[in-house]
Amino acid sequence: MNSMHYLYAAYIATWVIHGTYLTILVRKYSRIRKEMERKPSAISNQPSAGI
Amino acid sequence: MSFFAITRATLAKDIRLEWRSKDAINAMLFFALLVVVIFSFAFDPTAEESRRIAGGLIWVAFLFAAVVALNQTWARELRNQVLDAYRVSPAPANSLFLAKAIGNFIFVSVLEAPMTPLFIVFYKLRALGPGWELAPIALLGTWALVVNGTFFAAISLRTRSREIMLPLLLFPFSIPALLGMVNATTAVLTGEESAKFWIALLLAYDVVFTTACLLFFELVLEAE
Amino acid sequence: MKRGFPILAIVTALLLSFALYEALIVAPTEQTMGNVQRIFYYHVPSAWTAFLLFAINFVASILYLIKRSENADILALVSAEVGVVFCTVVLITGPIWARPVWGIWWTWDLRLTLTLVLWLIYVSYLLLRRFSTGGKTPMIAAVVAIFGALDVPLVYFSIWFFRTQHPSPVIGAGGSLDPRMAHVLLINWAAFLCLAWLLCWTRYELEVAQRRVEESQAMESLMEGLQ
Repeated sequence: MNSMHYLYAAYIATWVIHGTYLTILVRKYSRIRKEMERKPSAISNQPSAGI
Repeated sequence: MSFFAITRATLAKDIRLEWRSKDAINAMLFFALLVVVIFSFAFDPTAEESRRIAGGLIWVAFLFAAVVALNQTWARELRNQVLDAYRVSPAPANSLFLAKAIGNFIFVSVLEAPMTPLFIVFYKLRALGPGWELAPIALLGTWALVVNGTFFAAISLRTRSREIMLPLLLFPFSIPALLGMVNATTAVLTGEESAKFWIALLLAYDVVFTTACLLFFELVLEAE
Repeated sequence: MKRGFPILAIVTALLLSFALYEALIVAPTEQTMGNVQRIFYYHVPSAWTAFLLFAINFVASILYLIKRSENADILALVSAEVGVVFCTVVLITGPIWARPVWGIWWTWDLRLTLTLVLWLIYVSYLLLRRFSTGGKTPMIAAVVAIFGALDVPLVYFSIWFFRTQHPSPVIGAGGSLDPRMAHVLLINWAAFLCLAWLLCWTRYELEVAQRRVEESQAMESLMEGLQ
């Protein structure tokens, strides 16, 4: 492996790590958004009215 | 009652309880013996380098024994809902912590006591440096493991997989102390370097974390 | 998400592309190590960013202990998580750099070892948060974060002294830095800071949303239980 391969490996590894994390976050976020849209009544921005 | 009186009373109670349930102590002592023997099979004691690695071996063995001991001691409190009683009582939370930590220190020292001569015998150890330094190293090192171990064991009580949570927390935080204990012991055994820096580091570690544990234990107790 | 987010995303993408160009093309080639040295432009800014994020975690944890504000708790969680991500990058790029230059994957280099210990401490912090049951997790996590901060100088000094006794290769620029290289380094740092901000913002919004959903689910089961 010549030294340029190591350089590319390091850069690609960095992007894989950040990309994986970002992908996980975005997927979870869209799943949560769908969950929130399913039950709009249950989720409000105001504090709960009390029981 | 004064802070120290409460601490002493709690400690006395813990020691009495441990003494009555001798099974736990006996099982732990046997565990300690097993650890030394396993290490002796795994790391060749007859090799030239054994003097160099013995410091590391001994302290890793102590570390494992300490974790097993620490996992035990809070379990009893939890079973008897003693923690709830403490929360309600006017006794300061950190006197409970100090009592527990000192109790654990005694418990772990009782385990270290037979392990040490065994290591010396199996590895034919002899201190080429100032042997008396091994006493403060043993005291400071054991306290370093026990003080944070007691604190993290209390934190682990309200977690899933409680037994694994203790070492998961304790090991990373103990790294500077471990470096201190191991290098100080190796320095004394090989006589090649001075252990003074490492002893100073251990002392600093102990002071910092004992203070932190005493300061923050109340918050942790409330949080159970 | 708020309006600023797409702007930040675009700025980040542009900055990162520009920084990449600077690192690969514009920066001068180092004399002894050759082109492999360019890993430096990713390795070092990632380390600085990780340390900054852990410092933010420390401040947020203290804020939580003083004010008991949920926002402080979420910030602590977010900065720890993104910090671990950047830390992972440092721990991967370090050995990849070390191997062609010194022939070994790991040296007990001060910065690399410190990064490893920080990574361990914060991963255990994140595991504690995940495994903890009961409502007082933020409190316990904040205390553990403070312990972590107290540990850092001790870790630093112990590794430093260990290295003076057992010297080994240093990964990273020794001595003074060519100003053109410093320039490229700072551009890459700016780009990674924007990326960190973007990741933190995303994670923050995600956490807020998750907590709202959990709260409403808890409310629902409570209501059902009452009926």
